[in-house]
Amino acid sequence: MSTTTIQKEPAAPAPSSIGGNVRGYWDRVRGGDMGALPAVLGLVVLCSVFAALRPAFLTSINFANLFTQGAAIAVIAMGLVFVLLIGEIDLSAGYASGVCAAVLANALANMGQPWYVAVLAAILTGAVIGTVLGTLVAKLGIPSFVVTLGAFLGFQGLVLILVNEGTNIAIRDATILAIENKNLPPALGWAFYAVGVAVYAAIQIVRAQRRRGRGLTYDPAAVIAFRVGALALIAGLAVYALNLERSRNALLASLTGVPIVVPIVVVLLVFWTFVLRRTAFGRHIYAVGGNAEAARRAGISVDRIRISAFVICSSMAAVGGIIAASRDNSVDPNTGGSNVLLFAVGAAVIGGTSLFGGKGRVIDAVLGGAVVAVINNGMGLMGYSASVKFIVTGCVLLLAAGVDALSRKRAAASGLR
Amino acid sequence: MSSQPVLEVRGLDKSFGPVQVLHDVAFSAHAGEVTALVGDNGAGKSTLVKCLGGIYSIDGGEYLFDGKPVTVNSPREAATLGIEIVYQDLALADNLDIVQNMFLGRERRSGLVLDEATMEEMAAKTLDSLSVRTVKSIRQLVSSLSGGQRQTVAIAKAVLWNSKVVILDEPTAALGVAQTAQVLELVRRLADNGLAVVLISHNMNDVFAVSDRVAALFLGRMAAQVRTADVTHSQIVELITSGRSGELGLQNVNGVTA
Ligand SMILES: Nc1ncnc2c1ncn2[C@@H]1O[C@H](COP(=O)(O)OP(=O)(O)OP(=O)(O)O)[C@@H](O)[C@H]1O
Ligand SMILES: [Mg+2]
Repeated sequence: MSTTTIQKEPAAPAPSSIGGNVRGYWDRVRGGDMGALPAVLGLVVLCSVFAALRPAFLTSINFANLFTQGAAIAVIAMGLVFVLLIGEIDLSAGYASGVCAAVLANALANMGQPWYVAVLAAILTGAVIGTVLGTLVAKLGIPSFVVTLGAFLGFQGLVLILVNEGTNIAIRDATILAIENKNLPPALGWAFYAVGVAVYAAIQIVRAQRRRGRGLTYDPAAVIAFRVGALALIAGLAVYALNLERSRNALLASLTGVPIVVPIVVVLLVFWTFVLRRTAFGRHIYAVGGNAEAARRAGISVDRIRISAFVICSSMAAVGGIIAASRDNSVDPNTGGSNVLLFAVGAAVIGGTSLFGGKGRVIDAVLGGAVVAVINNGMGLMGYSASVKFIVTGCVLLLAAGVDALSRKRAAASGLR
Repeated sequence: MSSQPVLEVRGLDKSFGPVQVLHDVAFSAHAGEVTALVGDNGAGKSTLVKCLGGIYSIDGGEYLFDGKPVTVNSPREAATLGIEIVYQDLALADNLDIVQNMFLGRERRSGLVLDEATMEEMAAKTLDSLSVRTVKSIRQLVSSLSGGQRQTVAIAKAVLWNSKVVILDEPTAALGVAQTAQVLELVRRLADNGLAVVLISHNMNDVFAVSDRVAALFLGRMAAQVRTADVTHSQIVELITSGRSGELGLQNVNGVTA
């Protein structure tokens, strides 16, 4: 009696075809869901231009600098992805990172606490900030723009108080300083690399086999091989480059290895990606961003999800603040200030996270963070002043937001989102 | 026919502040039957359904499920009884795929991790049991589906949970001819599978095509609930527009005062 004839996928277990995978991707791109494409293309173009204009850009020391310069922004952006996913914004994330860094510095320098207590205190401060912001947004219904704009000002003052009206607090704790200033021994870098690639490959293969065993469509071996190969190649090149000698005078002091902050960022990336893609909580974040009313009727506690997104955002801002403190060797009233927030929002959006909610991934923050870091670094090498860097980064942010808005329009037109 | 209704309300009252929207409403739904709920715009159909589904609390009256009095204070409690509502606006998340929408809020997990394979299997099985052949892949994003396909997904979502009563609020309102036929077919199949189906519709053709009983609301009062076979098209239209039709319906429409 069925009146339509379109066939459903065959019941027999079959790998999705390679051509189908490629076509599916291309259809999504054309339909407006460009994912990581703009960020990756942007990275390639920017790196080529800077490398051609300034050979110093391609040196191993500068390559390592990119990671240590971009890490704090990328980590703050990871947290922002959660708030953006539910269709809200957190303008206070930058200064929240400053407040948390100041808490860390106070705990270390003025109270003589060990590093782990200070780190815990900083992250806890972030969690409390997120709870307050999220509660104001979710329970009172104040627009997040206003709540976090108020917090932006308030935290600016709070940082001043915490650093005694403008002095700066030096960080002397070896562990905190190591985050941005020390490197893994080259062998350990390769070991992390090998374990990482092996685990990724194993997860992909096991999943495909399980699905095959249950008669569901699964990724063909070639697609898995491509993904694992791409990861192995890119990460391998990065580890190799970071393990090169980058000291001007290697006899005096050797400088090699993956900066310690890199595995920290990778672990955070993997953890939050797991939370978003593989847990019910992550699914509910997307649902609240896509259709809050549907989520509510599905029995999801929308308020709780909203508040947790803000808690994650501010806690990640705290981690970003700790990284920034490690990089600057100190905390002052500008920690987390000026352009940090714009760079972080820019990173998330440039990476492909939508400002309209419901669309985005944690890796967007890292890809976009890389773009922001490359722009800053490359333009610094070219000798441009801060003013030009601000203007260019502002334009890039507008460009990314424009791409976001356009792809959304396009998606609406093509029926995709 | 004379079997006990799965779901029944008697003397139901509902007000929003000073405005009483439902007056002394009686309504029942039987297993294996489609009960059409008709009435003009603003008659109170959606409000009645939301009371049944636990979205609105009721001000007065009895609520019986399987013959036993129950209180339904939240959508969760309604779902626990086996009552599922497919809303006028469907309430699907566009940025999630079919399986993700069907299991939204009730995801299957193994430990902490979502059990995607099981959810995919169950979703496929449910769609199969409804003979749904209109979707290409159950991993399609809902945003890429047509209106009829969305309606299908919303209905499949409602029957995934061994529900006993499925309530559909104007499922065909936005659909073309072919898609309307598909959805009506699906509605009939639900009842044939043993569910009690409540269908809100403004379309008399739909009502006569699939329903076993008709309940007509007029200005928040139940004008009549009768077997579809016992009434004519024009009688129902009269019930909807004036609350009575000869012997049927409210006998003192103009004189009523709650
Ligand atoms: N939340 C509310 N607050 C106040 N009045 C309401 C509310 N919801 C509904 N009403 C009123 O109750 C009456 C019945 O509305 P309801 O939505 O149940 O009608 P309906 O029969 O579903 O109409 P339609 O065919 O247009 O969908 C209307 O007069 C409406 O204005
Ligand atoms: Mg209605």
